[in-house]
Amino acid sequence: MFENLDPVLLARIQFAFTVSFHIIFPAFTIGLASWLAVLEWRWLRTGNQIYADIYRMWVKIFAVAFGMGVVSGVVLSFQFGTNWSEFADRTGNVLGPLLGYEVLTAFFLEASFLGVMLFGWNRVSPRMHFASTVIVAVGTLVSAFWILSANSWMQTPQGFRVGEDGLFYPTDWLAVIFNPSFPYRLAHMTIAAYLTTAFVVAGVASFYLWRGRHLKQARIMLGMAMIMAIFVAPTQLVIGDLHGLNTLEHQPAKVAAMEGLWETQRGAPMTLFAWPDQEAETNHWALEIPKLTSLILTHDLDGEVRGLKEWPRDERPPVAWVFWCFRIMVGIGMLMILTGAIALVLHFKKRLFDTRWFQYWCMALAPSGFIAVLAGWFVTEIGRQPYVVYGILRTSDMVSPVAASSIAISLTAFVITYAFIFGAGTYYIFHLINKGPVSDEEAYGAHGVQKPPIVTELVAGEGGGHA
Amino acid sequence: MLNFEAFLDLPLIWYGLIMTALILYVILDGFDLGVGILFPFAPTDQCRDRMMNSIAPFWDGNETWLVLAGGGLFAAFPLAYAILMPALYIPVIVMLLGLIFRGVAFEFRFKAHGKSRRIWDYAFHFGSLTATFMQGVILGAVVQGITVEGRQFAGGAFDWIDAYSVMVGVALIFGYALLGGTWLVMKTDGETQRWARQSASYVLGYVGLFIAVVSVSMPVMNTDVRALWFSLPNFFFLLPVPLLTAVFFGIIWRDLHRGNEYRPFIISIGVFLLSYLGLGISLWPWIVPTAVTFRDAAAAPESQSLLLVGITVMLPVVLGYTAYCYYIFRGKASHETAY
Ligand code: HDD
Ligand code: HEM
Ligand code: HEM
Repeated sequence: MFENLDPVLLARIQFAFTVSFHIIFPAFTIGLASWLAVLEWRWLRTGNQIYADIYRMWVKIFAVAFGMGVVSGVVLSFQFGTNWSEFADRTGNVLGPLLGYEVLTAFFLEASFLGVMLFGWNRVSPRMHFASTVIVAVGTLVSAFWILSANSWMQTPQGFRVGEDGLFYPTDWLAVIFNPSFPYRLAHMTIAAYLTTAFVVAGVASFYLWRGRHLKQARIMLGMAMIMAIFVAPTQLVIGDLHGLNTLEHQPAKVAAMEGLWETQRGAPMTLFAWPDQEAETNHWALEIPKLTSLILTHDLDGEVRGLKEWPRDERPPVAWVFWCFRIMVGIGMLMILTGAIALVLHFKKRLFDTRWFQYWCMALAPSGFIAVLAGWFVTEIGRQPYVVYGILRTSDMVSPVAASSIAISLTAFVITYAFIFGAGTYYIFHLINKGPVSDEEAYGAHGVQKPPIVTELVAGEGGGHA
Repeated sequence: MLNFEAFLDLPLIWYGLIMTALILYVILDGFDLGVGILFPFAPTDQCRDRMMNSIAPFWDGNETWLVLAGGGLFAAFPLAYAILMPALYIPVIVMLLGLIFRGVAFEFRFKAHGKSRRIWDYAFHFGSLTATFMQGVILGAVVQGITVEGRQFAGGAFDWIDAYSVMVGVALIFGYALLGGTWLVMKTDGETQRWARQSASYVLGYVGLFIAVVSVSMPVMNTDVRALWFSLPNFFFLLPVPLLTAVFFGIIWRDLHRGNEYRPFIISIGVFLLSYLGLGISLWPWIVPTAVTFRDAAAAPESQSLLLVGITVMLPVVLGYTAYCYYIFRGKASHETAY
C-alpha cells in the first residue's frame, strides 16, 4: 500500500510536524515563565493582591502549556534516531554533548521546580516559591540556549573536522557552541517568545476590558503587554535585520530565496508580493520597490546581490515557501511594532483601556506570535535545504533504514494524537481564560484551613465538600 | 581540546552512567507508571484523586531520566542510538504516544469536570499501560539481539515482536504495578492504603513468577549467558543475586500484610536493582546485542570528555534538588490539595 511513498519525504513531513507542534509551546512557556517571575516579584515587593490574582490565573495556563511542551519535546529527543539515524551516527560526536547539556542543565531544573511552583504553595516559604518560579524561567532560557546552539551549528557549522569514516569530530568546542549564527538566533528566538506571550496576554486582557470583567487585573495585564510591544517589538526588527545580514554572509542562497531574487544584480529591487516559480526560475505577478533590497542587504543603493541562478538547481531551497513565510513573519513583526505605537498614542490620550477598536485589534493579534514563530522557523529550516548540516550533509542521505509504511502509519498516529491533545489543551486554556482571575475570597470561601501565602484554587475531590 | 582519554576509561565510565540513568528512570518513572496501571482498579474516585496527587509533583522530573538516557546514548554512544532507534521504531513511537496521553492527563484531569474527566482517567491508565508494555517489549527485543550490517540496522520492521518480547512486556507491567502499589502504601493511608496493600501483594506473585521464567529462559536461549552463569567459579560469585532476590520477596510479602509502610517500596526497588544487575551481567559487554559492544559504539573521546565534565558537576546537583523536591512533598498525599 505504501510502496510508492518516499521515506525521505515522509520522514521530513513527520519531523517538521512534530517539531512545529513542539515549538508552539516553548514559544509560549518561555515568555510566560519569565512574566510569572516578574508578577510574583511585584507581588512580594508591593503586597498588591492583584498581582497574585493574575499569577494564579496564568500559572494554570502555564501548567497546561508546559505539560504539552514536555510531552511533545520527549518525542523530539527520540526522533533524531528514529527518523535521521544516519545523521545521528555522523554528527553524534558534535551534537550529542550539546543536547546532553540541555538535559542536565535545563530539563531537570524545569521539571523538578515546576512541581514546587505548582504544588508547593503551602509547603515552602513565599521566598522559596518565588525562587522556584525564577528557576523554572531560567531553565526555559537555558534550554533555548542549548537547543538553539545545536540548531545554529547545523546552519553554520564550524569547529569540527570530518574523519575518513565520514563521521564528524569536534576540534574546538567553543567554536561549535558559539557558531556564527547562534547569537542572532538566540536573541531573535528569545524575543520572539516574549512577544508571543505578550500578545496572548494583551488579547486576553482586551477580552476582559471589552466584556467589562476583571478590569483591575486586565489593565495591569494590558499595560505590561504593551510595554513589551513598545520596546521589544522594534528591537526584534533590529535583531532580525542583523540576523538576515549574518545569513547573507553564511547562507546567501537562503537570503536569495527570502527575497525571491533569481538574477544576480546591482541595485536589486525589493519584491513585496510575487508568486515565485521554481520551474521557470522567475516570479509571477511581482510588485517591486526598486533598489530596496540592495539598500537593506548591502547598505548601498547599487550594491550587488546574488540571485538564485548562481546555484545549481539541486542546491536551491523551495523558494515559494521561504519567500512567503518570510513575508508573513516580517508582516506580523510590523503589526506588532504598529500596535506598540498605537498603544503609546492611546496612553498619552488616556484612552488605552477604553478604546473599543483597539480591544478588537489586540484580540485579533493574540495568536500572531505563534504564526510568526512558525513562519520564522519555516524560513530558517526550509531555506537551508537541501542540506541538514549546511553545505556538508544532504537531508536526503540522512534518513533511517525504516520502511515507508512504518513512517506513514506513525505520522498518521501523531497527527491524530496531536490534534486530539491540542484540541483538548486549547479548550482547557480557553476555559481558564474565560473563568479569569479569581480573587482571594472567592477561591477560598469558608475554609477553615490556614491561609497559604498565595491561595490557589482547591480542586474539589468528589465528596470532599469543597466548592 | 579537552580530552581525558589518557587517564580515564571513558567508554566504560559512560556505559556505567547510561546504565545508571536507565535504572533511575525505570525505578522513578516505574512507580508513577505503576500508579497509572493500578489507577482504574482503585475503589473510589477519591482514592484516584489521592493517587494522582501523590505523583503529580514528580512525574515530569521522573520522565526526564528517560530523556537523559536517550540523550546520553546519543551523546556517548551515537552508533548505538543510530542502530537501536530504527530497529525499535514502532515500539519507541508507540511508547512515546502512550507517554503523551498519560503526561497530559495530569494537567487535563484537574481541569476537566464531570464526564470528561473520565476520558483523562482512561488516557492516564491506557497511556501508562502502553508505555510500560512497550518498554518491556523493547527490553525483550534488545536482549534477543538486533540485526546489523555495517553501521546500520538491517532487520525488518517487525523484528522486535515475538512471544518472548511480549512476555517481557507483560512482566514489566506487573513489575511497575508492584512499584506503584508499594509507593501508594507509603504515600497514602486509610482506604487507599488498604487497597494498595492488597493490590501490591496480588501483583507480587506474578512478579516472582516472571522473574523466575526470565532467569531460567535467558541461559536456555543464549549459550553465552549460560557459559557466564553456570561455569565455576562464576556460579558462586553470582549465586547471591538470585538468593537475595528470594529474600527480598519474603520481606515484601510480610510487610504488605503486617504493617511497615516504607519498607515494601524500598525493597521493591531492591528487587528491580538485582534483576537489573543480573541482566547487566548477562548482556556485558554488548550495547547492541550481539553486534556492537559499548567500546565500538563509543563517541569520540573529546565528546565523551566534554559531557563527562557536565555530568560530574550536574548529576550530584540534580540528585540533590530532586531529593529536596521529594522532601518538600513528604508525607501522605491528600485527595484535595491540587493547585
Ligand atoms: C527555543 C526553544 C526551544 C526549541 C527550538 C526546542 N525546544 Fe524543546 N523545550 C523547550 C524549548 C525549546 C522548553 C522551553 O525548555 C520546553 C518547552 C516546554 C517545556 O516543558 O520545556 C521544552 C521541552 C522539551 C523536552 C522535554 C523536557 C522535559 O522532560 O522536561 C524535550 C525532550 C525537548 N524539549 C527536546 C527538544 C528537541 C529535540 C528540539 C529540537 C529538535 C527542541 N526541543 C526544540
Ligand atoms: C522548534 C522550532 C523548529 C521548527 C518549527 C522547525 C521546522 C522544521 C521544518 C519545517 C523542517 C523541514 C524542512 C524541509 O524538510 O523542507 C525542519 C527540518 C529539520 N530541522 Fe527543524 N525546526 C525547528 C527547530 C529545530 C531544531 C532546534 C533542530 C535541531 C537541534 C532542528 C533540526 C532539524 C533537522 C535535523 C531537520 C532536517 C530534516 C528535514 O529536513 O526535515 N530543527 N525543521
Ligand atoms: C520585524 C521584522 C523581522 C525581521 C527582519 C526578521 C528577520 C528574520 C530572519 C532574516 C530570519 C531567518 C534567519 C535565518 O535562518 O537565516 C528569521 C527567523 C526567525 N524569526 Fe524573524 N524577523 C522579524 C520578526 C519576527 C517576529 C515578530 C517573530 C516572532 C514573534 C520572529 C520569529 C522568528 C523565528 C522563530 C525565526 C527562526 C529562528 C531563527 O532563525 O532565529 N521574527 N527572522
